[in-house]
Amino acid sequence: MNGFNPIFKRELLAYFRSPVAYVFIIIFLAANAGCTFFLGNFYNSQQASLEIFFLFHPWLYLFLIPAVGMRLWSEERRSGTAELLLTFPVRLTTTVFAKFFAAWFFIGIALLLTFPMIWTVHFLGSPDNGPIITGYLGSFLMAGSYLAIASCTSALTKNQVISFILSVNICLIMVLLGWGVLNDTLNAVFPVWIGDLISQFSFTTHFDAIRRGVVDLRDIIYFASIIVVVLMLNVVVLDSHKAS
Amino acid sequence: MIRVHSLSKNFNNIPAVDQVSFEVQRGEVLGFLGPNGAGKSTTMKMLTCFIPPSSGSAEICGFSILDDALQVRAQIGYLPESAPSYDEMLVGEFLRFVGEIRGFSGRELNRRVSIVLEMTALREVENQMIETLSKGFRQRTSLAQALIHDPPVLILDEPTDGLDPNQKHEVRSLIKNMSEDRTILISTHILEEVDAVCTRAMIISAGKVVGYGTPDELRSRSLYRNSVTVSVNADNHVPLMNDFNELDFVYSVEHLPEQQQGLVSMRLYPKNKESITRQLEQYLCTKKIPLEQFVVNKGRLDEVFRELTVTG
Repeated sequence: MNGFNPIFKRELLAYFRSPVAYVFIIIFLAANAGCTFFLGNFYNSQQASLEIFFLFHPWLYLFLIPAVGMRLWSEERRSGTAELLLTFPVRLTTTVFAKFFAAWFFIGIALLLTFPMIWTVHFLGSPDNGPIITGYLGSFLMAGSYLAIASCTSALTKNQVISFILSVNICLIMVLLGWGVLNDTLNAVFPVWIGDLISQFSFTTHFDAIRRGVVDLRDIIYFASIIVVVLMLNVVVLDSHKAS
Repeated sequence: MIRVHSLSKNFNNIPAVDQVSFEVQRGEVLGFLGPNGAGKSTTMKMLTCFIPPSSGSAEICGFSILDDALQVRAQIGYLPESAPSYDEMLVGEFLRFVGEIRGFSGRELNRRVSIVLEMTALREVENQMIETLSKGFRQRTSLAQALIHDPPVLILDEPTDGLDPNQKHEVRSLIKNMSEDRTILISTHILEEVDAVCTRAMIISAGKVVGYGTPDELRSRSLYRNSVTVSVNADNHVPLMNDFNELDFVYSVEHLPEQQQGLVSMRLYPKNKESITRQLEQYLCTKKIPLEQFVVNKGRLDEVFRELTVTG
């Protein structure tokens, strides 16, 4: 793990040195509030819970997380700093994880800044704090999975726009696999177990369980393994780029 | 110490580096010369384990670039081409970042950052954002980064690129001062640099080594090696041309275009590129020919460079 800390710190600093961080946080908070109060009709639901707030996260993250992750590697490759970073005596795996964790930490900060939502539900009623905590945990884990995909696609290209579009599409597939409409169609054509199997690969299926306050170790393992597997793929992508 | 054994790299089956072998000992500065795209940077990228070779191997201080990448990188201070660095960082911050990656912390880190800031004369921009620096400062920031861990091996890809003549001079003397207890490989296409800092030079063209030796050895391959330029008054040059042509140590005589009013210059090429200074001086003395100028050419690197890299 030599080199993890300085790379993590530098990456995090890079977010806050550019306007990207502030723009992102503002858009993240505004989009969250917008979805919850207008699309989700938070007040009319008459519920003192954050279920509606979390409901939109898979869709919000679809665009917001690739926006955070798209620069992770493409920027290093474009500016040539990859040659500097990857010739330090640090394992490539360490570098990939350090950069990932910095971006994930940044997203965590943005997520924590939604705390007025917690105030709001406490003000309006007496919510069950369990699902709120698990909701945040699940949302953060899911964000990590989106981010791992964005980091990996970012390693594929020097161009941030291509990197963004690629990861949005891959993430969209991961969300749609658990989409009710798709599953109903699948169930009508194939045996139910096929539809179930496919939906098991989806972010939404696993997030829905955590969001409702049910912490199943399997859901946590699902997100953790998505992150690890995709980041290992990220390492392979970087390695093969160097070879060609 | 750097040892390279028939290192090759192909990009899409096109050889970029072709069977390159060489050695650089401690205390030596090897200048890596070649036109753009000859394979200098590719070789350096392989030595720093940024890209793997297609075949062949190399050792840095006894560590193989194939099996011991982390150890190899720990021994090397590397300045990549066009000096990339993180634009949004301050110079001091960037150097501390590199120092931390290299495993230093606390007082030791401060000490090292301070030393390299002095060495590369960056003190005045320590708290300036890299983005806002001029090219010379950026280049030196990148050089400072390569020196922070006091590495036994330095690999510098065009270290004086973009510097003004004064800065070039400073960086060259810096390299020269450091060379005593280090192994240094620098690439350049500036030929004067070879004379200024290198103990040895290697010319590479289309991925192949086409010339290797001390700067003087390379110069000895020049067509002009030991030729003598003699300038006399315009009145008596015609008979002189014939006289010179008949001397047994002169291979040929070339009439040079007039550069100064009333003065005619001739270049005498010796047989076998041997020194003819003394014989010629004796001849001119006995003939009592009034000389205006007498210049002995040691040979020209640029000409050797062109000959080696254009034709072959």
